[in-house]
Amino acid sequence: MIGAMTGQWLDIGPVDQISPGNARTLPVRGGEEIAVFHTLDNQFYALVNKCPHKQGPLSQGIVHGNVVTCPLHNWNISLKTGEALGEDKGCVPTIPLRVDAGRLYLLREAVVGKKVA
Amino acid sequence: MTTRGNVAARTAPSGSVRGGFFAFGALVMMETDVNAPMTIKDSSLPGHTRERLVVIGNGMAGCRAVEEVLARDPARYAITIFGAEPRVNYNRIMLSPVLSGEKAFDDIVINPQAWYDDNAITLVSGDPVASIDRAAQIVVSASGRIEPYDRLLIATGSDPFIIPVPGKNLAGVVTFRDLDDVDKMLAAAETGGAAVVIGGGLLGLEAAHGLSLRGMAVTVIHLMPTLMERQLDEAAGFLLKTELERRGQVILTSADTAEIIEAGGHVAGVRLKDGREISADIVVMAVGIKPSVALAKAAGLEVERGILVDDHMVTSDPAILAVGECVQHRGNCYGLVAPLWDMCRALADHATGAPTGYEGSVTSTKLKVSGIDLFSAGDFSGGDGAEDIVMRDAARGIYKRVVVKDNRLVGAVLYGDTADGNWYFDLLKKGEDISNIREALIFGQAFADASAHGGGALLDSNAAVAALSDDAEICGCNGVSKGKVVGCILGGAQSLDAVRSSCKASASCGSCTGLVESLLSLTLGGEVERKEKTVCKCTSFTHDDIRRLIVEKELKAIPQVMQALHWTTPDGCASCRPALNYYLLCALPGEYVDDQQSRFVNERMHANIQKDGTYSVVPRMWGGLTNPRELRAIADVVEKFNAPMVKVTGGQRLDIFGIKKEDLPAVWADLNAAGMVSGHAYGKSLRTVKTCVGSEWCRFGTQDSTGLGVKIEHMTWGSWMPHKFKIAVSGCPRNCAEATIKDFGVVCVDSGYELHVGGNGGIKVRATDLLCKVETEAEAMEVCAAFIQLYREQAHYLERTAPWIERVGLDHVKAGLFDDPDAVRRLAARFAYSQSFMQDDPWAKRAAGDESELHQHLAEVRPLEFVS
Repeated sequence: MIGAMTGQWLDIGPVDQISPGNARTLPVRGGEEIAVFHTLDNQFYALVNKCPHKQGPLSQGIVHGNVVTCPLHNWNISLKTGEALGEDKGCVPTIPLRVDAGRLYLLREAVVGKKVA
Repeated sequence: MTTRGNVAARTAPSGSVRGGFFAFGALVMMETDVNAPMTIKDSSLPGHTRERLVVIGNGMAGCRAVEEVLARDPARYAITIFGAEPRVNYNRIMLSPVLSGEKAFDDIVINPQAWYDDNAITLVSGDPVASIDRAAQIVVSASGRIEPYDRLLIATGSDPFIIPVPGKNLAGVVTFRDLDDVDKMLAAAETGGAAVVIGGGLLGLEAAHGLSLRGMAVTVIHLMPTLMERQLDEAAGFLLKTELERRGQVILTSADTAEIIEAGGHVAGVRLKDGREISADIVVMAVGIKPSVALAKAAGLEVERGILVDDHMVTSDPAILAVGECVQHRGNCYGLVAPLWDMCRALADHATGAPTGYEGSVTSTKLKVSGIDLFSAGDFSGGDGAEDIVMRDAARGIYKRVVVKDNRLVGAVLYGDTADGNWYFDLLKKGEDISNIREALIFGQAFADASAHGGGALLDSNAAVAALSDDAEICGCNGVSKGKVVGCILGGAQSLDAVRSSCKASASCGSCTGLVESLLSLTLGGEVERKEKTVCKCTSFTHDDIRRLIVEKELKAIPQVMQALHWTTPDGCASCRPALNYYLLCALPGEYVDDQQSRFVNERMHANIQKDGTYSVVPRMWGGLTNPRELRAIADVVEKFNAPMVKVTGGQRLDIFGIKKEDLPAVWADLNAAGMVSGHAYGKSLRTVKTCVGSEWCRFGTQDSTGLGVKIEHMTWGSWMPHKFKIAVSGCPRNCAEATIKDFGVVCVDSGYELHVGGNGGIKVRATDLLCKVETEAEAMEVCAAFIQLYREQAHYLERTAPWIERVGLDHVKAGLFDDPDAVRRLAARFAYSQSFMQDDPWAKRAAGDESELHQHLAEVRPLEFVS
């Protein structure tokens, strides 16, 4: 894994910008807004900020375990997989995230999408 | 020192080279693709004695590596160890017991001087290495000593992380890393006084414990909301905090240090970013450690967070190895002791010509604070397909949580009883299939073994209960045996409630509810139906149980409720968290600190979320009255923030739509400036008091309904309720304010005021019930306050007044208010007391910058800048 912190990871700042149980947003010009979550267990996850149901902003939902409950219609979405839990069906894209030395990094290509050739 | 031929013998790898080093060089090439030249040693060269191994670091990793090498090939190396500290090798992780006085330094020495002598090791202590010359293959110490090496081992460990605040270099600010630090703390403790420990992780808490035992008044300052948040979940962290506080330490979580205060050149205290000041005679910085890489970096080795090593602990220079906390292996740096042992094994295997490789470590943590049993290992972040099994025993202060995924144990947190920690850790490391002991897993090894040997009988919980003997205790609180419960059921107690009232089993803490239900089902056959539903899947308790127990057991925080009432999930769910938050808020006005993470988005953002993720904003207009100043301010906000729609609501307010979350504080600031406060159109709270114009203007009006409405709204605004709450005041029985479909409605008549309750104009329209009739405004207002308080104290969370009254009956409500002639006054007084803390405009605080992170994006990504 030597060299994994190079250019393909996008530094989005220190972990303490997001308090546990909360999420914050990262608009992407020309792309989908990303929600970055900090769970009560101190894990971090990034998802496209749109519920697969009616595009509710997941960043505004209640976080419990590693699940967020969408604020619009209470769908439960797994923060790890982006999939709707329980009876509901649907999936929102996740963005690979890593924490390194107190900073958050998102996989650049997943943030900005594939480059146009 | 003689110079030996092999030192300078550098050449490209070649198949003709013989001896142990070849294997070493070849492996480096394969594993890390490092194209550096290698040191090749041919042991058949004449004059060969031993290879020279120089170790930088006389700590746990350096010495352990040497021990491992000696165990494999004692004759291979001539060994020199450099240590910065002027003493022999000791067990650094046992410094905590030295600080607390439970151990002496001699007790924690690993290798006494005799060990160095017996193994012909040269120990250079108190003289740290200052530089490495890789080309000449020598190290130079601070005192100028030059030591050539064939093989160099860097084991410099880690340095304490010093937070960059003013005052960090003051006398009296110490770290907690070595014996000198301990001595400084002990010296400070001798005179007593106050200590501040910055950092509520493993190290900080151990330092705090030691200083506390030495008689100092200790305050721990921790940046995060949960102590030891890297090892513990919220529930275990809460128990730990409670226990430390019980022992007299002051624990400040979510506390950020702004500066260390000075007085006369010495530390005098710590100031937090929120302005609080804590005085201190000594400040211990224990926020964390960072790999000590300066020496390696200066020597030009590849370094990221730590010194980069491959699976054989070889750095980017094949002649140089590194081990311990200073290294970075496969992206990980370790700050615990167990990985060192694994690294040292791999290093020694490799350095003695039989490479095996290190594959990283799974770590576990135990807190070395006497009397507190705490264990954590693995990953307890849950995840896809992961299942939490939680067991809580409030009476014994135990919290256990294991995480199972794909029939394997992946994580464990234990508090209060860590006897099975090693067993869990073993299961975790081995990745064994635990499906046959799954049901018994949480009860520990003894239970699981019995279950496995019993052919998995415990897979069915009823079978497990059936297997219990008649004198087995079911209810610990009331000492009820299985035989007694069964006797009760056979005697006619055919429901949970009946069992509770006849033999008291499960009537206290309720943790045996599941067992009693199993007995009911076994004894009566078939599934037992619970009359009342539980709050959610996280608990076996009903809303009423929880409300009652919060008061009875004097519970004061959400994690405490979850622990005391045996929640089956670590931190609840979107159903129970808001309910518990409300129940605590209602039970402890002025005392309970609202948990924002347990609030629905609208109550967190103080606005109503709309389908497109924007918000609508409703400023309060008392009784539905407004004026040019307010209307102008609203119009200005609409234009300034480009709100696409303004709408008159059913509650006689103006609703501004399409406001972005980033703009909310600015919108509120503008509305505040015109004298308007939050309309709480978003909350489970008092929404609006709707009025008609009443006797002041209307030719039919009998009383001043607008005036009364305004007064009632001033009395009730800002109160949190089980659900939203709407009020209306009509000036005559024509009822233009539609008071008879409100939660509380006043219909004015010539002779006074008719008070109506439990109306609802929603999905299921319900007209109000007449509660009573009073003669004066003052009485109307007092009954209104009393009714609201009764509803606040008794209804279930998310239950409007209409279903509440349908459930409990109007007579119950009337009895609660009027049976005792003093009840109305007392309820109204409790409401007024609660309101004294609630009537604080949330918008004003946000507009002033409170919780600004809720409204701001982290950053914005502009992809064009990244496209190359």
